[in-house]
Amino acid sequence: MSGNGYAALAAEIVAQALAAGATGAECTVSEGDEFSAGVRMRAVETLKEAGSRAVGLRILKGRHTGSAYTSDLAPDGIRRMVRSAVELADITTEDPHAGLPDPEELGSLPGDLGLYCPDVESLATDAKIDMACRAEDASLRADPRIANSEGASFDTHVGQHAFANSRGFAGEYRASYCSLSTVPVARQGESMERDYWQTAARGVVGLEKPEDVGRIAAERTLRRLGAVKVETKRVPVVFDPRTARSLVDNIFDAVHGGAIYRNESFLAGKLGERVGSDKLTVIDDGTIPGLFGTSPFDDEGVPTRRTVVIENGVLRSYLLNTYTARKLGLRTTGNASRGLAGNAGVGNGNLYIERGAEPPERLIAGIRDGFYVTELIGFGVNIVTGDYSRGAAGLWIRNGELAFPVSEVTIAGKLPDMLLNLEAVGADLEFRGSMAAPTLVLAEMTVGGR
Amino acid sequence: MRFSDSFFPQRFGITTHDLENYMAEALSAGGAYADLYFEYLSTSSISIDESIVKSAAQGVSLGVGVRVIAGERTGYAYSGDLSPEKIRHAARVAACIAKGPATVEKVSLSEGARRNLYPVLTAPTETAFADRVDLVKRADRAARSYDPRIFQVQASYADNLRHVLVATSDGVLSWDRQPLARLNVAALARANGDVPQRGHAGGGGRVDLAFFLNEKTPEHFAAEAAREAIVMLDAVDAPAGEMTVVLGPGWPGILLHEAVGHGLEADFNRKGVSAFSGRIGQQVASPLCTVVDDGTIANRRGSLNVDDEGHPTGCNVLIENGVLRGYLQDKLSSRITGAAQTGSGRRESYAHIPMPRMTNTFMLGGQSDPAEIIRSVPKGLYCPDFGGGQVDITSGNFVFSAAESYLIEDGKLTRPVRNATLIGNGPEALKYVSMVGNDLKLDEGIGICGKDGQSVPVGVGIPTIKIDRMTVGGTA
Repeated sequence: MSGNGYAALAAEIVAQALAAGATGAECTVSEGDEFSAGVRMRAVETLKEAGSRAVGLRILKGRHTGSAYTSDLAPDGIRRMVRSAVELADITTEDPHAGLPDPEELGSLPGDLGLYCPDVESLATDAKIDMACRAEDASLRADPRIANSEGASFDTHVGQHAFANSRGFAGEYRASYCSLSTVPVARQGESMERDYWQTAARGVVGLEKPEDVGRIAAERTLRRLGAVKVETKRVPVVFDPRTARSLVDNIFDAVHGGAIYRNESFLAGKLGERVGSDKLTVIDDGTIPGLFGTSPFDDEGVPTRRTVVIENGVLRSYLLNTYTARKLGLRTTGNASRGLAGNAGVGNGNLYIERGAEPPERLIAGIRDGFYVTELIGFGVNIVTGDYSRGAAGLWIRNGELAFPVSEVTIAGKLPDMLLNLEAVGADLEFRGSMAAPTLVLAEMTVGGR
Repeated sequence: MRFSDSFFPQRFGITTHDLENYMAEALSAGGAYADLYFEYLSTSSISIDESIVKSAAQGVSLGVGVRVIAGERTGYAYSGDLSPEKIRHAARVAACIAKGPATVEKVSLSEGARRNLYPVLTAPTETAFADRVDLVKRADRAARSYDPRIFQVQASYADNLRHVLVATSDGVLSWDRQPLARLNVAALARANGDVPQRGHAGGGGRVDLAFFLNEKTPEHFAAEAAREAIVMLDAVDAPAGEMTVVLGPGWPGILLHEAVGHGLEADFNRKGVSAFSGRIGQQVASPLCTVVDDGTIANRRGSLNVDDEGHPTGCNVLIENGVLRGYLQDKLSSRITGAAQTGSGRRESYAHIPMPRMTNTFMLGGQSDPAEIIRSVPKGLYCPDFGGGQVDITSGNFVFSAAESYLIEDGKLTRPVRNATLIGNGPEALKYVSMVGNDLKLDEGIGICGKDGQSVPVGVGIPTIKIDRMTVGGTA
């Protein structure tokens, strides 16, 4: 874990806060360099390149907290930040659960977690542009119905993250990220559709080939052409891995410690109870080398770990930071997450639904009449009640085959029922982000259309 | 106020001569246009949960973005450090989008006419923290005392003060001081161990703190959030399928933001990827519909004196009596297509490239009495409050999610129904508008619009309208 001395800077700021009257302090320093190359219709459209850094501080005065951040890292800027954080503690209320993690909970995972790959920084700008051009070109050449595009982009980010607190923790790590995506636009008569494909990795070497990105994006776009609105009916619904990932996000919101102690989740108070079908196993693991949700320690300096959230349908654990754990009389699960300012929230590591045995084609083959969902839009998920209603597009399943495209419909149900109705889980689990799921089959949902 | 008396010259000693030099650096490789966007942003936030003020935070971020345009190409770089060396470095990086000798003559800047749509003497961010903490405490108390079935209340208050300076190679020199404040309240209600329900309300604008003391008080938002949560306790499952939908006035204007607003942003249209591309002059809504995007309304959340490219905002007619009139233009699209800029170039921060965006988007009021509109519906859904929405601008399909809605049976509101998403198609949905109320209302000031990873504050508004056909995504 090589660094630029930011852990030392964070520790120095913590010391300044204590000298200014804080009884406890934690400091985050973050630095990042971003690069983005956008091409459209085979020509460069945008090039963006820059770096930035900022520091955030949270202090405790007894059981009162105050926070401040600044992008001005000059000594004066940091002094001002420390002063305002300490002053703010005077206006917050005493909170018996506010505090830092217990000293024995602090720590960092040993070894190389594969978060940084030097090829992200060494790749020349022209090579990055070339990859974006190849991805877009492959989509434009896939079919005459694709004559337009929203372009392709190659993006990289290299960042340094440091954290220190007044209980002696100081750590830092470097992480890299790169991604390549393209968005073709297809037309057939009056029907115009777009879709996309993206590949992302810690290093350029881990990306899918640009030609494959373009080809898959084209396939996904073409199969949407001529979509129709179907009649309103209740049918089995299959989520492809991309849309299934959003269900993992819904589950995350429902096991989030903050939602649990406030009783604003349909899973609050259900530890040890059956909340899903026996096909449903949900794991959060922040320790898997090279993945996007991996880190050696969380944003409170607690080592990340593997947490079984739901095991064969039974709720085993919430996801917690120190504060939410104390509210619930539990231990932190190493899921603290924060921006620069404010108290720590709860974030996921690599949160995923465990794969099943069957390939997705086999799952679809077993359905006579159903809806294969490839896109979801909108925010119609209420975690308090579990009410679920979102805009959807995809393909209609008839006699086990993907028969015709469907759009401008909704799918609706109640999340508690949906988890219990999980009938089958595909074998096609892939980690394309910090949340992942294989193909999922739900026994029945309401498709709203004509 | 003269430029030399404005924020950046005073605080950082920046002169017009400096700006002209940075621009020359940005154009040194042959770029056709360059601009500089300086930003100094102070933010504060306070939140209360379980009647405990758990968090108070404040911070500062500053920087400059340098953009160079060459043909349809954009080069962009930024710096979080305002030292001349760092700004010149960013200018050189952005310059590389072009390749060749400099083509633009020396830039000379002139101060344009100025106006102030938000004459706020002391911005909320500049007031004492103790006064602002009081807002969330009052909201918490008021929501809890609304009804004994309210068992959880969260209130949050956030404000910011943004100083910006824009200089462009076509001579624009413009600066602005942009205050913004917002109070949000969320309440949870529960009756006899049943499933809890949530209510939400919030608002604000480019206002001073007195707005929350005199006009829209914490008690106002608290009562509204608590009322919604209590109403929802009696909600039945939402219906599914096509039906008549009546939207209430105000925030339901999010329909316009999703159904037409995004699809009319010039970048999508110039590229031919919007469902509205090439449809100027065509009938895309019923003749009862006139929709505008107006960035000039005093103190509104979506308003700006100048957009983030230094161009004055305006009142832009998007749809007039059902006919599509125009797109929302930023600098780049206007350069490429020759259309006039509409003051719609916005960006999240100095680290972001501007894009065409909305400001305050609303439908003008019509002739109908809102009560008459509801009476005219034998069977349908009435939706006075919504959550968020989203659109696929290429297919034109959009959604928005009802947070509070009621069944209409025989011209009367009967039962409240649970949350459901409404879905439609942009160029088609407004053709089914058959009645427009005389009760235009703008929202209370809570909108955040996301596009391509950039968030900006916006407003919406609408009178009560009746849509004869729209798909409701319930389960019943």
